[in-house]
Amino acid sequence: MMTGREPSIRLQGVNHWFGSGETRRQVLFDISISIERGSLTVMRGPSGSGKTTLLTLMGALRKVQEGSIRLLGQELHGASEAAQEMLRRRFGFIFQAHNLHESLTARQNTLMGLEVHGPGGDAAKQNAAAVHILTSLGLGERIDYLPEKLSGGQKQRVAIARALVSNPEIVFADEPTAALDKEAGLNVVRLLKTLAETRGTSTVMVTHDTRIIDLADMIITIEDGRLA
Amino acid sequence: MTRLLQLVFRRIPIGWLQLTHNRARLFAAVAGIAFANLLVFVQLGVVASMTGTIEMTYAPFRADIIISPLRQQLVNGELVSRRVLYIALADAAVADATPLYIGNADWKQSPSTTKSLIVYGMKPEAVAFAGATVGNQLAMLAPFGHVLIDREIAGIDQLAEAGKSPPFEINGHTVQAVGSFQLGSGFGADGGLFVSDQTFQQLVRQRSTSTPSHVLIQVKPGETPAIVAARLNARLAPEQVQVRTMSQAVADEINYMNTEAPMGIIFGIGVFIGGLVGLVIVYQVLASDVAAHIKEYATFKAMGYPHRFLLGIVLEEALIMAFLGFVPGVILGSGAYQIMAVATGLPLGMTPDRALAVLAGTFVACAVSGMLATFRLRSAEPADLF
Ligand SMILES: Nc1ncnc2c1ncn2[C@@H]1O[C@H](COP(=O)(O)OP(=O)(O)OP(=O)(O)O)[C@@H](O)[C@H]1O
Ligand SMILES: [Mg+2]
Repeated sequence: MMTGREPSIRLQGVNHWFGSGETRRQVLFDISISIERGSLTVMRGPSGSGKTTLLTLMGALRKVQEGSIRLLGQELHGASEAAQEMLRRRFGFIFQAHNLHESLTARQNTLMGLEVHGPGGDAAKQNAAAVHILTSLGLGERIDYLPEKLSGGQKQRVAIARALVSNPEIVFADEPTAALDKEAGLNVVRLLKTLAETRGTSTVMVTHDTRIIDLADMIITIEDGRLA
Repeated sequence: MTRLLQLVFRRIPIGWLQLTHNRARLFAAVAGIAFANLLVFVQLGVVASMTGTIEMTYAPFRADIIISPLRQQLVNGELVSRRVLYIALADAAVADATPLYIGNADWKQSPSTTKSLIVYGMKPEAVAFAGATVGNQLAMLAPFGHVLIDREIAGIDQLAEAGKSPPFEINGHTVQAVGSFQLGSGFGADGGLFVSDQTFQQLVRQRSTSTPSHVLIQVKPGETPAIVAARLNARLAPEQVQVRTMSQAVADEINYMNTEAPMGIIFGIGVFIGGLVGLVIVYQVLASDVAAHIKEYATFKAMGYPHRFLLGIVLEEALIMAFLGFVPGVILGSGAYQIMAVATGLPLGMTPDRALAVLAGTFVACAVSGMLATFRLRSAEPADLF
């Protein structure tokens, strides 16, 4: 934030392996990337090429094995679990599976994205933010519904609301629009674009949707664990 | 309720919402905990009433110190030599001492029913050593065959109070109830008789007045029983007896019953099993809940919630279940006490401290289950979510 010049994500010489001993296998090779603030970056590549692995490394969900990853000016290599946790609170994650809590309403699930910043927040303000984002995702009528009363696409939109409600500095998404129809999918991307312009939110998204790729500021293509 | 918990926790009460989301499972868990509570209440009630019974067996006497054979209880034990009584009386701090005789006798009420009685014998003139329920009646026992009868022996007591109970026969001797006293129904005998030392010698075979069961002592005003007891203990060391204050003797006997007597051990095990049942039920519910929602928990972790937040949710569920189970548990327990009190004549009832102790125990057991269940949370790995 203070160092306005520094990119939000910078990878240098990142290698990654799965397994150990005989079965140890390298899946990422010498990845170096810089992602600017407020940009929409699309990652693509064939199945098994390492997109998800790279995304989880960038999202501080995995320990960096080799190389350097700097997120918002902070080095991830060797960072403690607690430091990664604090960093992740500044991100928004959109998973392929929505992973909503079945016993929480759309509103409550969304609020979980705000409560991670600890108690003491203004409850009325938080509530207004949750309602606002759910409404802008077309769920204004479903705010107090439990997930079981929502369609697959609606559930995914609640998960997106949960990820975006706290105005994250970086959004990581892995095929987030797979469960949505084309129009809803584009809506999500437009919302991310607006966030990028108004708040400088960076988005890294794995997708094969060509219409989204058309909107991207940067495209990363991975083949067999290497940048292509 | 949700709003209340939200204020208490200052967050969305996920545990509560999760529990109430599956009503059938919650009901089963609460019923299980209530049952475990009931089990524990019944066991504790029986133990407490046995404690009360022991206290009652000492109630007919009033003494500061009791000299007893080594390692034994008030009733059914060995004997002491009357010589110790004279040694005790020689102590300057001792005001008075009297022998107490305890034995068993059968009362053939009819050819088919025999009641086993505990027989207490004391000198009729030792009224100062008589407890409240015996009191001055002791003096009435001087004529041979005059007895006080335990109020718990149905039917006889009212007649005895009125002084017109029919004579009956014990071990071939005809006795006449001239009054009653309170012993309380216990586990050892059907009832009790209070008699003079002379009558005792006749009713209980093979006992002589030279070997009492215990010696009761009263100390002079201003003397501390515990100090006198310790001094007598040292002085009587060669006599194979133990000298204790009366309250110490009662405490020892209660302790013996709880820890060594088969009855106490069985009930102790009952309490343990009750607790275990509750623990297993809560663990089962929580562990399966964690397993079913591992992805959601991993999502929280990915969002930056610390591990202890997840522990907090599981613990919240555990404590809510504990409380919801305790409420019907304590109600069922009170009901069970009333039924048991009527059926057995034992002095049983719910006491606030016992209820609180069980509530605390339930909380602890549920918290332990919760902790065990959270081990599975370790497998909530956010990197596997994508
Ligand atoms: N947890 C893991 N343990 C071992 N190997 C793994 C693990 N996760 C992924 N891999 C392997 O690493 C390689 C890259 O997987 P990754 O999931 O990153 O690919 P992807 O580009 O996201 O593929 P897709 O488009 O199918 O989602 C694959 O060969 C995969 O089998
Ligand atoms: Mg993938």
